[in-house]
Amino acid sequence: MTDGFFEIWVFLAESPLLWLTLTCTVYASAVWVYRQCGSTPFLLPILTSVLVIVSLLLLTGTPYPVYFEGAKFIHFLIGPATVALAVPLYSQLRQLRKIWKPVCIALLIGSVTAIASTVLIAWALGASTETIMSLAPRSATMPIAMALADHFGGQPSLAAVAVAMTGIAGTIMAPPLLRWLRIDSPQARGFSVGVTAHAIGTARALQLHETIGAFSALGMSLNGILTAILMPLLPWVLHGLGMM
Amino acid sequence: MIYAITALFVFQLLGEILVQALSLPLPGPLAGMLLLTVAFVVRGGVPAAMEQTAGSMLQHLMLLFIPAVTGVMLYFDHVAKEWQPFVIATLGGTLITLVVTAVVLNRLLKNHKENQ
Repeated sequence: MTDGFFEIWVFLAESPLLWLTLTCTVYASAVWVYRQCGSTPFLLPILTSVLVIVSLLLLTGTPYPVYFEGAKFIHFLIGPATVALAVPLYSQLRQLRKIWKPVCIALLIGSVTAIASTVLIAWALGASTETIMSLAPRSATMPIAMALADHFGGQPSLAAVAVAMTGIAGTIMAPPLLRWLRIDSPQARGFSVGVTAHAIGTARALQLHETIGAFSALGMSLNGILTAILMPLLPWVLHGLGMM
Repeated sequence: MIYAITALFVFQLLGEILVQALSLPLPGPLAGMLLLTVAFVVRGGVPAAMEQTAGSMLQHLMLLFIPAVTGVMLYFDHVAKEWQPFVIATLGGTLITLVVTAVVLNRLLKNHKENQ
């Protein structure tokens, strides 16, 4: 009996079907729970799903590469989904034409703040240069942040963890913080979430409101590009300030 | 739907080619997104099928990040070494960036409206 189970498990664990089904089932249940609880950001489906899947993998002794091999079909869809962000973006283009100046200024200030605040806090707490360079690009989307960390003496894997934490934390912080600051324009709400919490923030913003989602997508893409442009200046600034 | 999905793949591919050819510092899919936006502008609108497909895809964007974010389990030990600066700088930086960006843009938009 146990042998039979074991054989079925060995067979299934090798096929992508098991990991695809697991990821979708866990996510679908997480969305159901999230909606039942009034969409509280503390039960963000990506947060609860990852907690459940990590626990299951640890319990069954499944190495991450085995899981990813199966789930990579889902991972692959990030590409076309990113391209699909053109749709909400296009719908806001007319508005954007009117307010492109404030948006550009806010982008520059937001992007510099993201890098500078992180680097300063990490440096003040005595982080190593490797950690500082891994953390610096954490408000950019994952592929950009990992490539930048690698190029400037950080660890791509550490950068990936920082990016994921930033996205989840930013998405949880945004609703109470923006309400408390009385940020009334949906453009400012969306844009700040996109600049700070990249794709994870955008994923939630798109569920909330069309304009908030579109400006989050805009903030995310522009900040990704600007972070890549600003990062080369960082080692130079740190040397100048005697921090490195 | 099949036309819309094909178009998304085509634009991602175009984005990848553009990024490689000009060695731009951004991921191919982001370049593809910008190219598709330009295509909508040239066409003067979004086809209904694309609107529908993109809408249902983006509704569950979070699902797509689960496999990558699950990878954090590989780096628990690495983060544990310097967890204090790591966690505080990430959370603190996130908070500050959110506040600064939101306040700046909100203020600028208000001034902008009053000036018009």
